[in-house]
Amino acid sequence: MMPFDVLTSLAIPLPEDNIDTDIILPARFLLHTEKTGLGRFAFAERRARPGFVIDDPRHAGAAILVAGANFGCGSSREQAAWALLDLGIRCVIAPGFGEIFAGNAISNGLLPLALPVPAWRHVLAEADAGWPLTVSLVTQSVALVDGETIGFDFDAGAREMMINGWDDISMIRARHAEAIAAFERQQRQDAPWLWDRAMHHG
Amino acid sequence: MRTVAVTAPSTLYHRLWAAHVVAETGAGEALLYIDRMLIHEVSSPQAFAGLRDRGLVPYRTAPHLAVADHAVPTHDRGAIADPQARQQIALLAANCAAAGIEYLPLDDARQGIVHVIGPEQGFTLPGTTIVCGDSHSATHGAFGALAFGIGTSAIECVLATQVLPQKKLKTMRVTIDGVLAPGVGAKDIILTLIGRIGAAGAVGHAIEYVGSTVAALSMEARMTLCNMTIEAGARVGLVAPDATTFAYLAGRPRAPKDAAWDRAVMAWQALRSDADAVFDRDIHLDAAAIAPQVSWGTSPDQVIGIDGAVPGDAGARPLEYMDLAADQGIAGLAIDHVFIGSCTNGRIEDLRAAAGIARGRHVAAGVRAMVVPGSGLVKRQAEAEGLDAIFRAAGFEWRDPGCSLCVAMNDDRLLPGQRCASTSNRNFEGRQGVGARTHLMSPMMAAAAAVTGRITDVRALLA
Ligand code: SF4
Repeated sequence: MMPFDVLTSLAIPLPEDNIDTDIILPARFLLHTEKTGLGRFAFAERRARPGFVIDDPRHAGAAILVAGANFGCGSSREQAAWALLDLGIRCVIAPGFGEIFAGNAISNGLLPLALPVPAWRHVLAEADAGWPLTVSLVTQSVALVDGETIGFDFDAGAREMMINGWDDISMIRARHAEAIAAFERQQRQDAPWLWDRAMHHG
Repeated sequence: MRTVAVTAPSTLYHRLWAAHVVAETGAGEALLYIDRMLIHEVSSPQAFAGLRDRGLVPYRTAPHLAVADHAVPTHDRGAIADPQARQQIALLAANCAAAGIEYLPLDDARQGIVHVIGPEQGFTLPGTTIVCGDSHSATHGAFGALAFGIGTSAIECVLATQVLPQKKLKTMRVTIDGVLAPGVGAKDIILTLIGRIGAAGAVGHAIEYVGSTVAALSMEARMTLCNMTIEAGARVGLVAPDATTFAYLAGRPRAPKDAAWDRAVMAWQALRSDADAVFDRDIHLDAAAIAPQVSWGTSPDQVIGIDGAVPGDAGARPLEYMDLAADQGIAGLAIDHVFIGSCTNGRIEDLRAAAGIARGRHVAAGVRAMVVPGSGLVKRQAEAEGLDAIFRAAGFEWRDPGCSLCVAMNDDRLLPGQRCASTSNRNFEGRQGVGARTHLMSPMMAAAAAVTGRITDVRALLA
């Protein structure tokens, strides 16, 4: 996974609530079986009309998206996170996120940063004004050009993983193999019907 | 496993959580053992590829079951016209064959939507953890399973390790008491709840549905209820297993048999919240007060009773997209299309309910209506009961099983501006095709819309 520590960038303002993953990556593009190259399909319907904020030259090169509440709700498609990353987005700042999207984002080094609404409004105003922001997962703060610094909470385990670019699979295999085997031995005794081969190919 | 007896009052959610903790990894965080995973063609290719890139094979194969549903055609199955869909489905079959995971092919009678076939096969069992790369995985919570949707990286993690890092959720109890009026069902309950608490109203929570109304619901209806939990923002919806659950599961192909069944039922009977368990939030709904529901906007919480009107303060964007005006009544709105199906409402009971309205009537002129059974077994059962004949005689198309117009990834797609009465779960912009306008409702309400050509109060058609 791509590590995420500190990011300084312009931010794209998209302050609409309930931007679901169908808007971020419409379903008809899910027939692609690759992770890469999905950025060209991102927000396809919105971009079909000229002037959509993502394509505004004022925000060219921006790696931060400032979105409305419940961003990424709906379908679990991880393609939404991959498409945003392919557009160059590394951080989405919103008042809240769809939970599955937030998990998918973290797995891919895309920071889903939830801020309380007043702080979010401040960040949005800076994005609108075309000022860059600095998001640090190391110090857990967003620094604004006007001098203000906004602290934020972030899950400790997810933070460590993102800063170091670790991924779940290597960590689990390295640290928990014996615990998994022990759990399985116990479950075979407690719930043997879950381990009956005959049940699986019924 | 925990060796200390749990003595404090516990919720069902906490019981299921505690029974699957492999290792505590932080405050309220743990690795959870995953008993079962359902796999479909859209969210899995990159997970199989990732596993291969790591030089790994699945840690276990028996706990997984795969089927294609999202991209499959629902007519003329022999040759799949769309080359991308054909490839995606072939890739799933090839990935499963290489990994040793059971795959139900398109010509198998058991093929269908993941959330319909899991319960049907007895793959879904009380007390298990079940995941799928699909947000409607909460459906399986209707059996008292801890079931939730995951992304592709998490699928890869389950394939590689059989565990997932998870954060413990807060709990919300939704109590529904009373008797539903004729013409009102589980879909109307869940739409009412979503309208009440909002599309993000239950984010961070596991919902448990309780009360006399829930106790009286069939398994099909409980699945409808749990299915749309995600539309209220919660990944997990639960109903404690009871005699209705056990009667549904008995004799299913993958359910335990004989002595193992007796032992399992004993264990499953303990899967309930203690009477004095404390929930983080409590919501009450009066079943008798619920009217048939219809969504008017582009988020599932933009929903009203059939007698209602679009809110006066509705935002400009959904009104423009849906071509509606603030304060406009929803009843009487002309529709072009009707879709009866999906993992929300593609089960046998749903088809029976819709057929009851379609019987002896005909789809209105200019309306196209289709029925897409949730699985091959639902289709077969419906045909045995003569429901297909009722639908066909009434002018509905009778299709093969799949997700179809719920997600419009196959060739079932609406044109821009078309208005659809749909039994699916999402009315998002573009969900049924670019520019298509979706109104969510129950199977009975969708059938009523089909035969009248308008959004109609089904209660007027119940003679
Ligand atoms: S029927 Fe619709 S919601 Fe259900 S699994 Fe298929 S696409 Fe998803």
